Amino acid sequence: MRLALRTAALGYLGVLVLVPLAMILFRTFEDGFVAFVESVTTPAAISAISLSLTIVAIVVPLNVVFGLVTALALARREFPGKGILQAVVDLPFAVSPVIVGVALILFWGNDGWLGGAVPVIFSLPGMVLATVFVTLPFVVREVEPVLREIGTDQEEAAATLGASRWQTFWRITLPAIRVGVAYGVVLTVARSLGEFGALTVVAGGVAGESQTLTLLVHARYIDDHNTFGAYAASTVLMGLALVTLVLMTLLERRRKA
Amino acid sequence: MAVVALPRRANPGSGGLVGVGVATLWLSVVVLLPLAAVLVKSIGSWDAITAPAARYALLLTVGISAVVALINVVTGTLIAWVLVRDEFPGKALVNAIVDIPFALPTIVASIVLLSLYGPRSPIGLDLYATKPALVLALLFVTLPFVIRSVQPVLMEVDREAEEAAASLGAGGWTIFRRVILPALYPALLGGAGLAFARALGEFGSVVLIGGGIPRDTEVASQYIAKQIEIDRPGSAAAVSVALLAISFLVLFVLRRFSK
Repeated sequence: MRLALRTAALGYLGVLVLVPLAMILFRTFEDGFVAFVESVTTPAAISAISLSLTIVAIVVPLNVVFGLVTALALARREFPGKGILQAVVDLPFAVSPVIVGVALILFWGNDGWLGGAVPVIFSLPGMVLATVFVTLPFVVREVEPVLREIGTDQEEAAATLGASRWQTFWRITLPAIRVGVAYGVVLTVARSLGEFGALTVVAGGVAGESQTLTLLVHARYIDDHNTFGAYAASTVLMGLALVTLVLMTLLERRRKA
Repeated sequence: MAVVALPRRANPGSGGLVGVGVATLWLSVVVLLPLAAVLVKSIGSWDAITAPAARYALLLTVGISAVVALINVVTGTLIAWVLVRDEFPGKALVNAIVDIPFALPTIVASIVLLSLYGPRSPIGLDLYATKPALVLALLFVTLPFVIRSVQPVLMEVDREAEEAAASLGAGGWTIFRRVILPALYPALLGGAGLAFARALGEFGSVVLIGGGIPRDTEVASQYIAKQIEIDRPGSAAAVSVALLAISFLVLFVLRRFSK
């Protein structure tokens, strides 16, 4: 019985996850490593990779700074409407990425509320806003519980000893929450690199211009009928996901220690 | 670490209020105002959700998501059980594999499944643009939810109650059904609800393998994306609001029950 259950469980994971993953790796490397490298170093691929990394480089600092401010406000302050703010932080988890794209177009776009006053849609700012939207909860939700747990005694002790607000934050608060921040950053990076739905709606997807790595995978498969190229680009994304997974496991261990 | 609750400082100072203001402004500009724009745009375009393709897409999405949630209840419990109660070499690796779908970009999930279950399938199983393909893609991206919510509860289940049941002559299945399952209900409901909500809005994993054939395999998120493409933002907004309403209802009911 035990063996039957184990076989069923492992079989399900194999059919759903492992075998397809192995299959795509096989397809990527069946023509050799050189073909793979050539496929992911074409001008369009290089530009897609650098655009994806650029978005990450902008989104992570934004999310860390505003995520910390939001987490501090939620954990340390009492103010009217706090419950609403808590709910808004979780909203991005409940909203389909496509709807995120629609929302951005209707707000920032030419026919939107801002009447296109700020050129955002079909350009880098729009892609950044879309990615910030979907990754917004991560830093807040990782840091806020830690802030509650560590309490305020140490911060207050520092303040009593004459430390400024800024000094207290850098020397007391930040060291205490750094694992939480790191975990939030890893989740943000992974989600940023993988975001697709919101970007399909918001980005123009022009090769070499507004095409991220995920949009490149889609374009190669659908528009160019370049199945191998799509597999190769997917393998790059899978490699990045693997790095994320390893980092998450390491941080999880540190958090438990 | 001992945590002593100190009385909150009477005067939080202006620094704290600035923080609250910045957080509110940030969340408003990034999240709230754009979503409000969708809500406002949907007013006056409500008949758009009665268009046959829109209604079909919404019903299909809810139906498929329900099927996916139900399958997850069974397979998730099974896998969680094996991960908690069984011992075999490589168990830690299997435990890590469960997280892959969360770490993998959704478009990669689509490609990965297509390579095995698509037109070039090495096992001759081409599910491209069929409803089973939708189910498969959604099962992939929702895999961890039920497992990760049931696993910790299963670890805490009182083994003595099971042993008592066994000594009273109950068989393995009876013990599972009468002793273990009742303890798992809240976790199962929570995990299934999250899987359902995720499946409702899913786009990337479905877009390639689903084919997006109107009134056949086109899910709500694909329908919405297409409305934007053909420049019908009102219709996109209306279907978006309908989909959001369903997700919020699910999450709301979930919160009610889990408390």
